[in-house]
Amino acid sequence: MSEHSVEEVNKHIKKYIGVFIALLVLTAITVAAGLLHTTLQMSVAVGIIIGLSIAIVKGTLVAGYFMHLFDEKPLIFWILAFMAFFFFVLLLLPIITQSDSLSTM
Amino acid sequence: MDIPYTVSARKDTGLYNGKLGLWLFLASEVMLFGGLFSALVLIRVGNAVWPPAGTPELNVALATFNTAVLITSSVTAILSWASLAKKDLGGFKKYMGITIVCGFIFLMAKSFEYYGKLSHGVVPSTNVFMGVYYTMTFLHVLHVIGGLAVMIYLWGPGSKMWHTNPGRFSNRIECTGLYWHFVDLVWIFLFPVLYLL
Amino acid sequence: MSDHAHHEESFLRKYVFSIDHKVIGIQYGITSLIFLFLGFSLMLVMRYQLAYPGEGIIPPDVYNSFGAMHGTIMIFLGVVPLAVGAFGNYLVPLQVGAIDMAFPRLNMMSYWVYFVGGVVMLLGFFAPGGAASSGWTSYPPLSVVTTTGQTIWLIGMIFLITSSLLGSVNIIVTIVQLRAEGLTYMRMPFFVWAQLITSFLLLLAFPPLEAAGVLQLMDRVAGTSFFMPSGLVVSGEVLPVAGGGSPLLWQHLFWFLAHPEVYVLILPAMGIIGEVIANNTRKPLWGYKSLVFASFFLGFMSFIVWAHHMFMTGMGTAISSFFQTTTMIISIPSVIILTALMLSLWGGSIRFNTPMLFALAFLPMFGIGGLTGLPLGLATSDIVLHDTYYVIAHFHYVVAPGTIFALFAGIYYWYPKITGRAMSETLGKIHFFGSFICMNGIFFPMLIQGLHGMNRRMYDGGATYQFNAPVLYLNEVITIFAVGLAVFQLVFIINFFLSLKAGEKAEPNHWQATTIEWTETTSPPLGHGNFAKVPTVHRGPYEYSVPGSDVDFIPQAQA
Repeated sequence: MSEHSVEEVNKHIKKYIGVFIALLVLTAITVAAGLLHTTLQMSVAVGIIIGLSIAIVKGTLVAGYFMHLFDEKPLIFWILAFMAFFFFVLLLLPIITQSDSLSTM
Repeated sequence: MDIPYTVSARKDTGLYNGKLGLWLFLASEVMLFGGLFSALVLIRVGNAVWPPAGTPELNVALATFNTAVLITSSVTAILSWASLAKKDLGGFKKYMGITIVCGFIFLMAKSFEYYGKLSHGVVPSTNVFMGVYYTMTFLHVLHVIGGLAVMIYLWGPGSKMWHTNPGRFSNRIECTGLYWHFVDLVWIFLFPVLYLL
Repeated sequence: MSDHAHHEESFLRKYVFSIDHKVIGIQYGITSLIFLFLGFSLMLVMRYQLAYPGEGIIPPDVYNSFGAMHGTIMIFLGVVPLAVGAFGNYLVPLQVGAIDMAFPRLNMMSYWVYFVGGVVMLLGFFAPGGAASSGWTSYPPLSVVTTTGQTIWLIGMIFLITSSLLGSVNIIVTIVQLRAEGLTYMRMPFFVWAQLITSFLLLLAFPPLEAAGVLQLMDRVAGTSFFMPSGLVVSGEVLPVAGGGSPLLWQHLFWFLAHPEVYVLILPAMGIIGEVIANNTRKPLWGYKSLVFASFFLGFMSFIVWAHHMFMTGMGTAISSFFQTTTMIISIPSVIILTALMLSLWGGSIRFNTPMLFALAFLPMFGIGGLTGLPLGLATSDIVLHDTYYVIAHFHYVVAPGTIFALFAGIYYWYPKITGRAMSETLGKIHFFGSFICMNGIFFPMLIQGLHGMNRRMYDGGATYQFNAPVLYLNEVITIFAVGLAVFQLVFIINFFLSLKAGEKAEPNHWQATTIEWTETTSPPLGHGNFAKVPTVHRGPYEYSVPGSDVDFIPQAQA
């Protein structure tokens, strides 16, 4: 850990609290959207897009601020870039394969 | 001779060993949950009705409460590390204590939720959705338990290291925090995917 | 870790629960060699059954479980632990100039988790109904409805995967963080590069199989239906499961690991071959940079080719074309690596010692293995060849006379560093020529049988089918060569143990090599900390026969 001055740390703490509040608000929005989704008869696709978008924003906040990813070293980025690529390959290729099947033609 | 870079960062990578190791571990964890999410997507697309007819309602209120609990524990985890950065062991103990308590609250709420389901005869084999629900949440619970075990150690006997090797101790807390935020992160995705969509 | 090295350690700490990477490497080595021997013995029984089906020495269900366990043991308990666990553990810290692995306790744990996984796997043989019998691929729904052995297999796999993950984190951190001063990435021996890329493959490809293993375990134990379709009929009755799952899901998750696994098997082997060839041609490796970049590209591509194992599952033409294309692309880096290694021989003054013979045999054997894979990577020809002995011949050419020969080369090459004595050259050459002939005697006829259409899973060796008749006699030929192979492995075992006591005393730098594990350490046993003084690296790894120099090799650590 690099040496931080007390003022610097206090500044960071303010940021963490801000992120904390943002996360709580976003959680409330997710739940509200989830409930509205049933009452407003939103299409499933719209519900998924809203739900996942909020989750991605929340995830970015946690990873970026709590896990310090926004000012992390390039080496970590490279590892995570490969991971992200393979993650999406794993998520998407099976489903693409499934949808292009001889039995559905 | 001691193994280098356990406390300070290596110049060309800018990292100490533990941090690189932990990020690599987290990358593999992402792929583990990636496999599960991939399974979920494939099964979901393969079923015309989702969740399948007859699936009991999940307890959204309890899960929302648990989301808030985990987010709180995440922020206290990072505050405990920040306390160490300010050379404040008492603050560390306080915030890490809150994190641990939050972890236990999460587990209790979760057991309550499981109990509510199981006592009504809703088990993993009920249908494919409940299978996904139990498997994914339980794997997440196992991660919570693992994290708690480490944090309790570091809060209790492990904290003696602060007096002998403070740099290394705050590195340990930083790494534990990274892992704990990851557990939080997984929940942030599990919550809407299982409970709301 | 500050308290080690100075006082006497207990026996347990020193030899059993050791945290020294060299001891752990040797533990990995011995355990995995035992497992290789065991996996090979299972196969000998199966080969006898295939050659003389009339005698029926094992019943069909035992034959099935031997087949499944042969694959599992050879890959997950034999070759990978030997290539990554043993060679990686012992040599990576020495070659990068580190005093130990980055996380010694984690290292110990990864060995013991592997050990437990191995024991669990073996316990499967004592389960009611015998060990797992759904093939090493464990395709559902069969694997979900089969006997208890499969549950044990899954638990064993979860241990093995966990062990691999711990090990690969350790190797990556060691290479990235503990490289000696001056050892830039492009000065690392090719072996270290191969281990680095292999570890990344293990790290990112294995977890999805762990997830799949957990899901299959749930299917078997908790009655979920992740892999069970609705309305599945087994033995004339509809299974009482909820259904709604997908058997193909398992295949995706399984091959997402199992294709990169092929490169986990082959990359460390190529790394060893690189070291042995450079040393024994007394020349730098030809195209070191292309070797590195090709390996890197190979690792990357290996994640997006997996569905070429699934052409027969009714994939549409568009998606099969995609996987067929990526499969053809991945053959390019393999060809680059093989070509670079082959060209490295050009103009060298080659020393034909045992490790070099194995390395030289690796090149054409891996070549055959790779080239016979091309027809399997194209959907059209795969339809004919799928599930025949051709497939068996193909991947065994890659792994048996390919990887395992490379591992033998590695054992003969580094034995003097590990034990202080060299292995007998005479016995080594007998071992080599015998194995070389027998390996080809086993696997080449399988190509012929496969092209005839002989199915790979027949308990009677395919005798029930008329079209197999012209190639049936080859079953016996193959079995005779398999027994021959076993006999020549005895020569290796004898050599291995005899040389411990009676081998020729080895110099610290027995092969006049340049890399620091030879030049900067004493010979042996190496103490804790490996080096008297942590070396500084001043040059690339293969400075052999440098023009204008009066010695034929310049050590990496020489200023």
